[in-house]
Amino acid sequence: MQDLNTQSATYDDGVVRQFSIMATVWGVVGMLVGVIIAAQLVWPELNLGLPWTSFGRLRPLHTNAVIFAFGGCALFATSYYVVQRTCQTKLFMPKLASFTFWGWQLVILAAAVSLPLGFTQSKEYAELEWPIDLLIAVVWVSYAIVFFGTIAKRKVKHIYVANWFFGAFILTVALLHIVNSAAIPAGLMKSYSAYAGVQDAMVQWWYGHNAVGFFLTAGFLGMMYYFVPKQAERPVYSYSLSIVHFWALIFTYMWAGPHHLHYTALPDWTQSLGMVFSLVLLAPSWGGMINGMMTLSGAWHKLRTDPVLRFLIVSLSFYGMSTFEGPMMAIKTVNSLSHYTDWTVGHVHSGALGWVGLVSMGALYYMVPRLFGQKQMYSVKAIELHFWLATIGIVLYIAALWISGVMEGLMWRSINADGTLTYTFVESVKAKTPYYIIRLLGGVLYLGGMTIMLWNVIKTATSGKAAVVAIPPVAAHV
Amino acid sequence: MDINTLRILATVASFIVFIGIIVWVWRNRSKPDFKEAANLPFTDDQS
Repeated sequence: MQDLNTQSATYDDGVVRQFSIMATVWGVVGMLVGVIIAAQLVWPELNLGLPWTSFGRLRPLHTNAVIFAFGGCALFATSYYVVQRTCQTKLFMPKLASFTFWGWQLVILAAAVSLPLGFTQSKEYAELEWPIDLLIAVVWVSYAIVFFGTIAKRKVKHIYVANWFFGAFILTVALLHIVNSAAIPAGLMKSYSAYAGVQDAMVQWWYGHNAVGFFLTAGFLGMMYYFVPKQAERPVYSYSLSIVHFWALIFTYMWAGPHHLHYTALPDWTQSLGMVFSLVLLAPSWGGMINGMMTLSGAWHKLRTDPVLRFLIVSLSFYGMSTFEGPMMAIKTVNSLSHYTDWTVGHVHSGALGWVGLVSMGALYYMVPRLFGQKQMYSVKAIELHFWLATIGIVLYIAALWISGVMEGLMWRSINADGTLTYTFVESVKAKTPYYIIRLLGGVLYLGGMTIMLWNVIKTATSGKAAVVAIPPVAAHV
Repeated sequence: MDINTLRILATVASFIVFIGIIVWVWRNRSKPDFKEAANLPFTDDQS
């Protein structure tokens, strides 16, 4: 990387800087809301007796903020950064890229206002009402135009594997969002789903699980395939494995949604199909994890000294852990114990805090100094501290919810000799209190780490200045 | 044609395509193309 040489072409990094900063800001906001609702589960009075601050309204605010505001901004930032550098070209239509930034921030603000006011389509991870859905669709199609336009004008022969993952994420999320959000408006902020009954449920969880598979997995795997090799300073362990990893995920993920509807009105064969494909998913997931980790072979010592690499590699361990746990929980008999309990919540957070969170933080710690013309972050010690706060926070969080989840599952199914229930529901709620406190503590640690990151990012940005990075000559690669 | 026949055909075709991809990757695994692609993230370091 070098500073501007006025006559040579440069990357469009302004939009990457904007998205990177906002990813960090929204990370703190979204995780703070998470901590507040975790505290409400221990002390319900914290809802202040007001409708706008009640758990039912703040919970979707939390999920939308961490997934779409924090995760979304991190994905926009990294995909724009990676696609330019691996295609050796500027962004296609930079003004449209800038529109995706402002449009996406507007979506986030609309969510932050409308969800506490109680406007919702009541579909998980797709709560936003139809006018906001339309705006999302416009922003997303613009994103696709910028991204695929950039790939089309690349100066190199190959499309790097990270761009395949980012591309699949963009295309699939467009498809999922448009199909699942189809609704009949009944007023400015009210609508009814275009589907009914069990079809509606199946469309919702086809969307829901692929939101996990493509938004929270494929996109972040795109990050993994660029930033792990960059930070380890060696190419990915096996490029062939990365291609098989990609296509296996693409062909399998679409089928896994029914495992969210075990023992419901959904036909039994559909449930079993969802279960089998969820089990199959273990293979490509672990293939990808091994590919990422083995990239470090011969350079393991770097983990001792490089906290950024540690973020990236530990994120892969959590990816491996949660993609093992997921297929197990999709088995119907296991699901009959785990479903509707805290185990599910713990599983989601092992993927969200461990995989998605840590890999985004690692990628941001890689990009931010380079975007502001610095050699490294303002404080490397603070990265180290962030790493340990986050890791200990995750372990406390998921261990607490494993125990409370299995415990409440067992309490619910426990029956006396005469067939009556051993425990009332409220007894299972009461038994969970100590675990909810440990979970809250884990969340506070994770939020603390993220707040340190925000400070570090602001310090790095203000002590540097927007770096202009020239596109290297490409003759050798045409 | 019955819609289910179409569904079966699409599923079987997808499976065959996937097997085809694996075979293609396996045959090309030692070609310079993959090596070149794997090194794309490092092109800006050489300048």
